[in-house]
Amino acid sequence: MNFETIVGLEVHVELKTDTKIFSPAPSHYGAEPNMNIHVTDLAYPGTLPTLNKRAVDFGMKASFALNCEVADVMNFDRKHYFYPDNPAAYQISQDKRPVGQNGWIEIEVDGKKKKIRIERVHLEEDAGKLTHSDNGYSLVDLNRQGTPLIEIVTEADIRTPDEAYAFLEKLKAIIQYTGVSDVRMEEGSLRCDANISLRPFGQKEFGTKTELKNLNSFNFVRRGIANEVERQEKILLSGGEIVQETRRYDEATGQTVLMRVKGSANDYRFINDPDLPEIHIDKEWKDRVRAEIPELPDARKTRYVSELDLPEYDAHVLTLTKEMSDFFDATVAAGADAKLASNWLMGEVSAYLNAEQKELHDTALTPEGLSSMVKLIADGTISSKIAKKVFKELIENGGNAADIVKEKGLVQISDEGTLRKIVTEILDANEQSIEDFKNGKDRAVGFLVGQVMKATKGQANPPLVNKILLEEINKR
Amino acid sequence: MTKFTQDDVKYFANFARIGVSDDEAEVFAELISELVGFGDVLKEVDTDHVEPMTHPLQLFNVLREDVPQDILDREEMLKSVEEHEAGMIKVPNIL
Repeated sequence: MNFETIVGLEVHVELKTDTKIFSPAPSHYGAEPNMNIHVTDLAYPGTLPTLNKRAVDFGMKASFALNCEVADVMNFDRKHYFYPDNPAAYQISQDKRPVGQNGWIEIEVDGKKKKIRIERVHLEEDAGKLTHSDNGYSLVDLNRQGTPLIEIVTEADIRTPDEAYAFLEKLKAIIQYTGVSDVRMEEGSLRCDANISLRPFGQKEFGTKTELKNLNSFNFVRRGIANEVERQEKILLSGGEIVQETRRYDEATGQTVLMRVKGSANDYRFINDPDLPEIHIDKEWKDRVRAEIPELPDARKTRYVSELDLPEYDAHVLTLTKEMSDFFDATVAAGADAKLASNWLMGEVSAYLNAEQKELHDTALTPEGLSSMVKLIADGTISSKIAKKVFKELIENGGNAADIVKEKGLVQISDEGTLRKIVTEILDANEQSIEDFKNGKDRAVGFLVGQVMKATKGQANPPLVNKILLEEINKR
Repeated sequence: MTKFTQDDVKYFANFARIGVSDDEAEVFAELISELVGFGDVLKEVDTDHVEPMTHPLQLFNVLREDVPQDILDREEMLKSVEEHEAGMIKVPNIL
């Protein structure tokens, strides 16, 4: 029997506000334990939550960017559970009336476009962090308690691990463009759980689903789902039944492991939080927030293809992060040829960033610097080989390509007379190679070009060297 | 009338981490049934086209500007916990 995979994702995104959602304690990442706390975060008796205006703005902004309808009226609810990461014994969240509903984003897998619907976007608070030990106790750090989150819940529209990956990649890009979050999985500002079930093709009802947690990278999401699908398939094919449970992805083995069976114990007893009055969002408020949303990745992608004639692939890669896309725009604005700029950003620049584990803003490279170099390549002043030397200088020490070329004497030699003289000397010294070439060994030309380049410290114009070489050989 | 059973009492007592004996459950079941029963009168009202009310006060959009203040001093906070280590609160392992 063949099964169809059904996946829905729940993604938590930490909002980049200065303070927490319900208290004025700072909410930045990386502070010493329990230094970013307020009496409200510890639920001291008599303390009351106060709603952070910017957190609401950010929730609205993300909702708009994800094509959601933003609520006219919303409120907050208490979700009850006992655990030391949350001193109030309830999390303030949104149950019936979330900030955003009925959205979608478009993904592309293997050239096929598909809309993944978003059921809802709701605002809530994060919990503190527990460090477990083997000696029977845990250590509680409440810095994260109260950090504003949005939870993004998709409809069960995802059908393959690759679609899940594409969705997350797109979601991350969109959220990052809006500026409401750093969306860094390694810092926990983006977290993802997956609900997975199988059903025989053609069947309408969904099968029993399991929830998969501890997916700490987009690749783990992809692998975790694939592994869970395999596990469920085996059970169903051998006549077994899927148990509704929460499973954890084990990075070391690539397998999913049982965490807990979901039973009736999951009764969160939602009630409206009486400490927080309703929020009414009028047209003016919505218009203000909507106006703050910058051009999003899809719009940029379309612009790159239609206005700058870039291939779809380039447009996709360049728009994955706002920083790269902004950098590209500024490079083109500074006069660089779009395709050349794209090649350098996707090639040498990305390779450098990966190797050095850096981001663009950590380097000395500026859009003007890259543009100045691309222009010198385009007008033939420097070869792409020399450009690599210039590039290294630009990305490590900054500056302008023309100055670097002048200072280091890297101008490409395109003077025919000069080159012909060098070529003649090389040919005189390598008569065997000429012989080889005439006997049909094409490789011999490569060797001779190499000799010329060596003699000119890589500064000779390669196409010109080729042309002159052939002319001179044929004369002999 | 809405009936609150002894099982209901025990179910919710468990969530609130409160111990309840069978005798107590019997008493509370009756008392809570009476309390919840008060609400039954609302069922007689036609609420089909009424928006749900989430707050008794006609108050809305109470918001705070995003500016840090009133940070709780960690050492002060740690004085009120039973045990701590490395600036963190020590609690029994709960998995």
